[in-house]
Amino acid sequence: MKEGYKLIYQKPKTLRKKRMHYCPGCFHATTHKLTMEVVEELGIQEKTIGVCPVGCSVFAYDYMDVDMQEAAHGRAAAVATGIKRMHPDKIVFSYQGDGDLAAIGTAETIHACNRGENFTFIFINNGIYGMTGGQMAPTTLEGQKTTTSPYGRDPKKVGLPLKMCEIVSQFDAVAYVERVSCNTPANARKAKRAIKKAFEYQIQGLGTTFIEVASNCPSGWKCTPEESLEWLKEKVFPYYPLGIFKNPEEK
Amino acid sequence: MSEIKLMKGNEALAEAAIRAGLQGYFGYPITPQSEVMEYLALEEPKHNYVLLQAESEVAAVNMMYGAGGAGARVMTTTSSPGFSLMQEGISYIACAQIPCLFANIVRGGPGLGTIQSSQSDYFQATKGGGHGDYHLIVLAPNSVQEMVDHVYLGFKLADKYRSPAMLLSDGAIGQMMEKVQLPSPIEYKPDKPWATVGKKSGQERNYLTSLYIQPEEMEEKNIELQAKFKKIEENEVRFEEYKTNDAEIIIVSFGLSSRISKKSVDMAREAGLKVGLFRPITVWPFPANKIADIAARKQVKFFISVEMNAGQMLEDVKLAVNGKKPVYFYGRMGGIIPTPKEILTAVQERSRS
Amino acid sequence: MPAKGYVEIFVEGCKGCNLCVINCPTDCLALKTSETNSYGLHYAYMRDEDNCIACQNCAVICPDAAITVYKKAS
Repeated sequence: MKEGYKLIYQKPKTLRKKRMHYCPGCFHATTHKLTMEVVEELGIQEKTIGVCPVGCSVFAYDYMDVDMQEAAHGRAAAVATGIKRMHPDKIVFSYQGDGDLAAIGTAETIHACNRGENFTFIFINNGIYGMTGGQMAPTTLEGQKTTTSPYGRDPKKVGLPLKMCEIVSQFDAVAYVERVSCNTPANARKAKRAIKKAFEYQIQGLGTTFIEVASNCPSGWKCTPEESLEWLKEKVFPYYPLGIFKNPEEK
Repeated sequence: MSEIKLMKGNEALAEAAIRAGLQGYFGYPITPQSEVMEYLALEEPKHNYVLLQAESEVAAVNMMYGAGGAGARVMTTTSSPGFSLMQEGISYIACAQIPCLFANIVRGGPGLGTIQSSQSDYFQATKGGGHGDYHLIVLAPNSVQEMVDHVYLGFKLADKYRSPAMLLSDGAIGQMMEKVQLPSPIEYKPDKPWATVGKKSGQERNYLTSLYIQPEEMEEKNIELQAKFKKIEENEVRFEEYKTNDAEIIIVSFGLSSRISKKSVDMAREAGLKVGLFRPITVWPFPANKIADIAARKQVKFFISVEMNAGQMLEDVKLAVNGKKPVYFYGRMGGIIPTPKEILTAVQERSRS
Repeated sequence: MPAKGYVEIFVEGCKGCNLCVINCPTDCLALKTSETNSYGLHYAYMRDEDNCIACQNCAVICPDAAITVYKKAS
């Protein structure tokens, strides 16, 4: 450190040293970092148990320095339910992508939310299946080209993209729902605040907390990280608006 | 304190689980085993276990994965179609080595099938059931008493080997009422340093996974699992013999059909036929060595596998006998329970031919 | 006047996504396109060491937590 200066930001100690495998600019990595910053700030590393999904973040347990379980595809909400029911004093989160949470695991997601399971969903919505090579997701936008919708998503054939925040905020037992992004420093700071609030509400026992991160996938979208930010602003946010859908402080 | 009661098989199973220190039950109703969750729901206020009716068997088995992974003594019960739905989760549980107990109160299939008693899930139970190379420890009770005893044993073996264990029962044993001796409740104090209960300060985090993306690591994990299965095969084989010492004909039968076959043995003896019953109690690990020993006996003329299916355990019996003696089969399917007389007739026909 | 802050970039952790560069309000950062790290990726560096205001924007936006920020002690 240079003389006369003080350290004001460094990688959280709750993030392991292992280099993350995510592509350059991927919000998965950003969200891992922000989540672990929250765990560090709240001093809950020894009380936190995470569940990671199948998809790009299948190796999340390699990076997050908390106890974790790797779930089968779509079942993270059920696994998190099992953990939290046995350990109501622990902080439990599921970390899931759109295919996991909103396609193959829709039943588990909906029912965990309806029961008000007192854990936090961290939901990465990047509108594509990244890990398997860019196939159509339940959240792929209308007209968006993927390897399994090479002519663009046709709503007549496969329906419109699912709006999970809008859906889960309908349940009485769900306490807090917010859609955030990491496309600017300001939004990344908001995302971190949202994750922190979710964990705090969970600690207060308010019910299900659900944070959707409107994410990018430069590799799957076949663009640069910078271009992916443009796509977010132009295409994603108009359909998936950022903001709070349910707030326990307004009850 | 132990006590004697008249109980239905499914309820006895539930009561045994409570007494064995059950901490979490996750299930989905399906005939003919719904009494298990109903009983646990009624008893819930008196105890400390978590009971949750899941949205599906798929969710239930994954709640088991989560709760069992977090160190709890967990159980689920289901019947055939539900057990099929659980196979994905069981494969993950087997690889992540999470101790937990399943009970399949089998009904006749395939498909939606019938709600009547059957043994047609033998293959599914003993050969893995889901994807990948694995086994569950499979106990086959043939009485309400054993529904109780095998719950204790199943939990114990699951913890000992960090493995899923199961009861392969059937609708008749689940539904019938018999006198049972209920053992004293135990205070369950698990020692599971691998469980995900929060990272200890200064220690590495715990994580449970079945993902080993490098083939070398995946093979290494398989070698580790196979070594464990071998140990279980060496140490945990259980069986029962009835009048086999001087027997010339050996009926091999498990679960409900073994009880019927026992009666057939007595009837055969009265008719002058030297018949004995060999009953695997663990259907995995299968008592193959013992069957091979019996096959080597001079006076033994043939084996007949009696099952309530199309001949599934038959394959294991044949492998164990390994051509030393003929192995025949008698079975009924689709929820039909054979009578002792039918089995005797089948034995007599084989003995004449 | 000395800068209000400075950053250190962990070269091996940087994947060259450029998000820190485009989010620096004082244009202090750039990608070193003439060199790569051991993963074969260009990496960000402090192009201008005099104008960092220690706003942390680069560190916040960096997906890989490769940036450490220091501020002039007051």
